[in-house]
Amino acid sequence: MKRGAFFIVSLAMVALLLSPSAWAANEIRLGFNIPLTGDNPDVGGSSRNAAEMYLKENPTVNVGGKSYKLKFIYEDNEYKPESAVKINTKLITEEEVLGIIGPQSSSQAVPAGEVANNMATPMISPWSTNPNTTLDRPYVFRGCFLDPFQGPVAANFATDELGAKKAAVIYDIAADYPKGLAENFKEAFEKLHGAGSVVAFESFTTGDKDFSAQMTNIVRTKADVLFIPQYYSEVPLIIRSAKEMGWTRDILGADAWGGGDLMGLCGDDCKGYYFSTHYAAAGAKGATKAFIDAYTAKYGKTPDDVAALTWDTIGLMVQAVKDTGGLSGKIKADRTKVKDALAAVKDFPGITGSMTFTPDGDPKKCAVIVQINDAGQFAFHKSVCPK
Amino acid sequence: MTFNFLMQNFINALQWGSFYALIALGYSMVYSILMLFNFAHGDIFMVGAYIGLGVATALLALVGTSGAALLPGWLILVLTILISMFLTAFVGIIVERVAYRPLRDAPRASAAITGLMIGIILETSNILFLGGSRLKFPQLIESVTYNIGGVYVTNKKIMIVLVSLGLMLALHQFVRRTKYGMAMRAMAYDYLVIPLMGVSMNRIAAMTFAIGSALAAAAGILFGLAYPVLDPYMGVSFGWKAFVAAILGGRGSIMGACIAGFMLGFIEIMTVPAIQILNRLFALNIGSNLRDLIAYSIVLLILIFRPHGLFGEAYSAKLRL
Repeated sequence: MKRGAFFIVSLAMVALLLSPSAWAANEIRLGFNIPLTGDNPDVGGSSRNAAEMYLKENPTVNVGGKSYKLKFIYEDNEYKPESAVKINTKLITEEEVLGIIGPQSSSQAVPAGEVANNMATPMISPWSTNPNTTLDRPYVFRGCFLDPFQGPVAANFATDELGAKKAAVIYDIAADYPKGLAENFKEAFEKLHGAGSVVAFESFTTGDKDFSAQMTNIVRTKADVLFIPQYYSEVPLIIRSAKEMGWTRDILGADAWGGGDLMGLCGDDCKGYYFSTHYAAAGAKGATKAFIDAYTAKYGKTPDDVAALTWDTIGLMVQAVKDTGGLSGKIKADRTKVKDALAAVKDFPGITGSMTFTPDGDPKKCAVIVQINDAGQFAFHKSVCPK
Repeated sequence: MTFNFLMQNFINALQWGSFYALIALGYSMVYSILMLFNFAHGDIFMVGAYIGLGVATALLALVGTSGAALLPGWLILVLTILISMFLTAFVGIIVERVAYRPLRDAPRASAAITGLMIGIILETSNILFLGGSRLKFPQLIESVTYNIGGVYVTNKKIMIVLVSLGLMLALHQFVRRTKYGMAMRAMAYDYLVIPLMGVSMNRIAAMTFAIGSALAAAAGILFGLAYPVLDPYMGVSFGWKAFVAAILGGRGSIMGACIAGFMLGFIEIMTVPAIQILNRLFALNIGSNLRDLIAYSIVLLILIFRPHGLFGEAYSAKLRL
């Protein structure tokens, strides 16, 4: 029995070793580097849902008059930077993928992007907003806007629509995303209102649960608006602490509010507040609505921004493959062709907005400000586009 | 610095310290009778919070079908606390039976290691069964914020502090006035002699774990009311800090653990306004994220000058009041 199993495994391994030459002929292989377990399984789940839906609607692609079968390979990075690096190497060298979608979060996308770029394989991160993901990496692209854009969007919104003259910020100093975004916001707000107009810039470290001391400071400064660039799991505790210390004014958030079950954890406490994000599900029209309806019908929940951005990113990658005008079958040459085609994409009509890449591999995209309405939905408030 | 501002921080610290005090009690009691620290105690606090979540959800579902008028929110809360304390006590007894009793004659370091392992087992089995995503603790009572002359107090805050103090007082009376309390004190004096007096060491040890775990469960539920997002690792840093409180109070001292728990809460919370005052006075730019660094440096200083803690004695581990 044991020997039999060993024999089958050996056979399978030999078959695996021999097979790459067989699949290169009429398949286009795309790799997914996403967190299916670990701290943030929701993010990986949404990515895979979107990908499976895409594959069902588009099983084949026509490139240069030849039809190719589309094949997606999902790998779990456990929400860890070191696993994300390992998986990119595996996808590129063993699975011989033409391109990579993911990783989603900046903490994994920044190190994994290095591997993709060194091994000359096109990679698009749908959700990573940190500038370092694509910086000086011609093979790495992203599907969303950047924090240096999002920070000013929030600052302008606070000034123009909320009438804020003094702002307070509370952020996690030990994590890249909140720290970068908090600094971007502060810079933009002080540019509008002069130095010192951010009257409180309070910090904490990852894992803290009690914010009462920081909030007591913040409430005393009598700021007009509180900016919280934190993840969905931390926001409920911070907002509750603010309310308990007597905060009654506006609160403004950022795109990480939308990536996960914010309303399930926060409930009524979060209603009425605004945050900037990539797209708004409530009140969408056209292709966006069609996507939302199909996704909701298939999975029984509204697609979050991760799902929508992953959908667009796959579309972008496939569009670039089509734009090459024909694949040679030599994987290295084809990867470079796809990279060049990606860089040349003009006005790709995504459901999260039209996309054209800058030379850095970042799209010029509009941000959406949503308000959490009384039904707990993220309702479209306005769209802010880069000038 | 106005009076209001100090008062506000004082109240915040009172709530925060209640959790440390309740958890530190479990460390101190176990230490006094078995001369070891139960390093799984922080995770028992986490398990208590999750059991509370389960009990509260079940009770809410029951009430939902048979009319909400039967059980008002506060009654559900009382029931949740009582049932969860009872259930978590069994978790404590099992931990003692599985991880500590077989090692009673082994070196103390081995027992410390099994405690750490039990902690990891509790955390990972939580992830295994509940999937690792964060859960919301149901808000059983309506949160009301009172503004007393510029100082904000919520009804939950008052309740948390009162319930914690009540539990501490009850424990104090139990240890001082009951026969079992006397047996605990006797075991702390000399665990070799008590079997000669007809007291079962194993039973007293199990009872001590049960009481400590029940208090940790109460802390877990109160914590869930104040900070309603639960995660499987919530007990780790909390457990360590409560351990610091137990040491600071003097190993084996019940009153010491309570006072040191509140003291730790005060040091942690008050560090933030203190940083702000320093920043303003000397035009510095220290971030409030240095809170733990500064707070625990103060604890270190205290321990340098009082190595046996506030109420500890040099060569004695007896259970003191």
